[in-house]
Amino acid sequence: MARIGVFVCHCGENISATVDCGKVAETIGKLKHVALSTEYKYMCSDPGQTLIKEAIKEHNLTGVVVSACSPRMHEPTFRKACAEGGLNPFLCEMANLREHCSWVHEKNELTTEKAIDIVRTQVEKVKLNSALQPIKVPVTKTAMVIGGGIAGIQSALDIANCGHKVIMIERSPSIGGHMSQLSETFPTLDCSQCILTPRMVEVAQHPNITLYTYAEVESVEGFIGNFKVKVRKKAKSLDEKACTGCGLCTTKCPQKKIPNEFEQGMGMRPAIYVPFPQAVPNRPVIDKEHCTYYLKGKCKICEIVCPTKAIRFDQPDEILELEIGAIVVATGFDIKHADFFPEYGYGRYKDIIDGLQFERLASASGPTSGAILRPSDGKVPKNIVFIACAGSRDPAKGIAYCSKICCMYTAKHAMLYKHKVHEGKAHVFYMDIRSGGKNYDEFVRRAIEEDHVNYIRGRVSTIFERDGKLFVKGVDTLLGAMPVEIEADMVVLATAGVANSGAEDLAQKLHVSYDSHKFFAEAHPKLKPVETNTAGIFLAGACQNPKDIPDSVSQASGAAVKVAALFSQSELTREPLVAVVNRTSPPLYSTCVACGMCKPVCPYQAIELEEFKARDGRVVKKAARINEGLCQGCGTCVAVCRSKSIDLLGYSNNQVYAEVVALLNDY
Amino acid sequence: MSDFEPKVVAFVCNWCTYAGADLTGTSRIKYASNVKIIRFPCTGRIDFMLLLKAFANGADGIIVSGCHPNDCHYTSGNFHAKRRWIMFKELMDFMGIDMNRITFSWVSAAEGARWADVVNSTVTRIRELGPYVSYKELVNKSVEEEVKND
Repeated sequence: MARIGVFVCHCGENISATVDCGKVAETIGKLKHVALSTEYKYMCSDPGQTLIKEAIKEHNLTGVVVSACSPRMHEPTFRKACAEGGLNPFLCEMANLREHCSWVHEKNELTTEKAIDIVRTQVEKVKLNSALQPIKVPVTKTAMVIGGGIAGIQSALDIANCGHKVIMIERSPSIGGHMSQLSETFPTLDCSQCILTPRMVEVAQHPNITLYTYAEVESVEGFIGNFKVKVRKKAKSLDEKACTGCGLCTTKCPQKKIPNEFEQGMGMRPAIYVPFPQAVPNRPVIDKEHCTYYLKGKCKICEIVCPTKAIRFDQPDEILELEIGAIVVATGFDIKHADFFPEYGYGRYKDIIDGLQFERLASASGPTSGAILRPSDGKVPKNIVFIACAGSRDPAKGIAYCSKICCMYTAKHAMLYKHKVHEGKAHVFYMDIRSGGKNYDEFVRRAIEEDHVNYIRGRVSTIFERDGKLFVKGVDTLLGAMPVEIEADMVVLATAGVANSGAEDLAQKLHVSYDSHKFFAEAHPKLKPVETNTAGIFLAGACQNPKDIPDSVSQASGAAVKVAALFSQSELTREPLVAVVNRTSPPLYSTCVACGMCKPVCPYQAIELEEFKARDGRVVKKAARINEGLCQGCGTCVAVCRSKSIDLLGYSNNQVYAEVVALLNDY
Repeated sequence: MSDFEPKVVAFVCNWCTYAGADLTGTSRIKYASNVKIIRFPCTGRIDFMLLLKAFANGADGIIVSGCHPNDCHYTSGNFHAKRRWIMFKELMDFMGIDMNRITFSWVSAAEGARWADVVNSTVTRIRELGPYVSYKELVNKSVEEEVKND
């Protein structure tokens, strides 16, 4: 016979201020099978938990209902307390009296009545709970890092240095990400490539890291500790082992007019190319979309000139099937391209560029070797206007958030310009200066006070051309919204940071959530910033939201620790709340009729048909079987099962029907 | 019928609507106390026979709510729930069940205020419709007859 203990928590006054806890405990105490019904000020406190543990022993309880806050908050706490008291933790349920009752209703009788209904429902449920044992699953101690920018690099190195294998996937031909495109970094103005490239080389040379560039995730199956990832290694049309990286092919390629992605279209590249001189790996790839041979069937000059005969035109894409224990997503961000701003005339006027293009102009390895020259005629701009918040914090443009990095890099751009063009004038239109961060505000002040950058607080309405000159029209709100018109030789837009292309597609493959801007969503905004809602998949860097380098690196190390913690155990214990198909003795075997309806609805491919054979090998029965390692316990199969042969542990048919009945009927 | 207090049962998923209702609580947004929540892992788990069971036991109204499309914790459970709802709605309507008594909605874990709206608008609607007795009486009568025939 069931002996249920009910523990009503006051939560200080959070519950007792609106719910008559005494009446709840008293009413519930009169129910059949309730051996004990008591109340206490703080159930989650140490004495509260001790109360439960002792009551389990004293009253020989077969089930516990803690009537307190949301189970999403304290279910693990009380289940652990029950386990310590000698009761199977899955015989403990919580009645949510705080979030779903006391906090949302006024103090009156109806609220107390509702509280009683909630508790009674859980009492009826817990009577039907069964003692479950946690499921143990093995852990594959290999991590996958998706994305080879600074966040991915940091994560991969940290995990690899903990002694675990790492596989890094990068979709472009080289790792390095956006950081490799930057000229100098705020607030120290040290050269981006100088600090990044040693890390890139370390990744390539690390014995624990396997690097696949020009590769993309094809599909992800499985679960924490046991992912099966298919990776498409796009054909580079090159035998990477034979290639020495001499670069002769890239100089002889007749196709030379392809906009260079690395230079943000500010320079040109051939069809067989290495993205940039310090690329890792430093091996060329053939861009099939532009290569003359792939387009017209003849050319093959690269194959002819290659001294090691490394070119392979017939190379197919390769699909790798990898066993992975944890995944770090570090796919980074992109910037909104300036054509998003027709009012600023991008496309019509050549001398309007975006922030990343300015980085390439200012970079010593860039198309102008670091000289600030405007794109239209290659002259040095004497007057340059920077527009911050181009798109960011502009709900009308669909981007309500702050892109975080623009204030700082705009100050940096203005400084770099002033350092290179001493007689030039730099103007910055801004909304607010957001320079939170170590030495950040000092940096902006330096731009204003030492480098005499002209900061104008106000927005720009339009940019137009008059007599071959650009005019930037805006307001100065610190001078009472006075209209300002500045003649500019060049305009740089600090465009908003946005999610990378393909982020949504990847999120769906990984089964992780993303926000309305397609940035990956963390499991909790404060306390789980590197986890996703899918166990075993972690986030690093700007794929979560726009971030600067220090933030990306810190988060990447955070994600690496989560992976290392996961890999520190050889097997994981999982909650046993999974679906099961009933089994009984032959000749019935199961009430399942093998209709197969459950198989296609399972999001985790956890269901297969099991065959039962007679001694002579004949198949006498087929029935569905659920792999408890793959099942995540959603219960979709339970609802579609026509013969009611599947049940979900913890949310069984008996339990949920009992809940419905208990909720609507007084006893 | 001014003192009529509707009984509304909410079948919600753990990851979005249950968490959303938790947020309503943490945000201290007040709503009608007539609704009582039953937690499921996913809307995909919700067998629509449960809705009939609830009506048979005297529910005046029902809310089914889960994650927004594409946000399901289990990828696709809410789509299965939606699909089942489309079929079942027709079927229940055909059976003569008052479909105005069921609210099918999506409430995410971030939409605490929306949950309060869903509850309040449902309770207001059910209050206007009055107690739902016809289905309950029908079930009780058929159960009685069955007992008699046995």
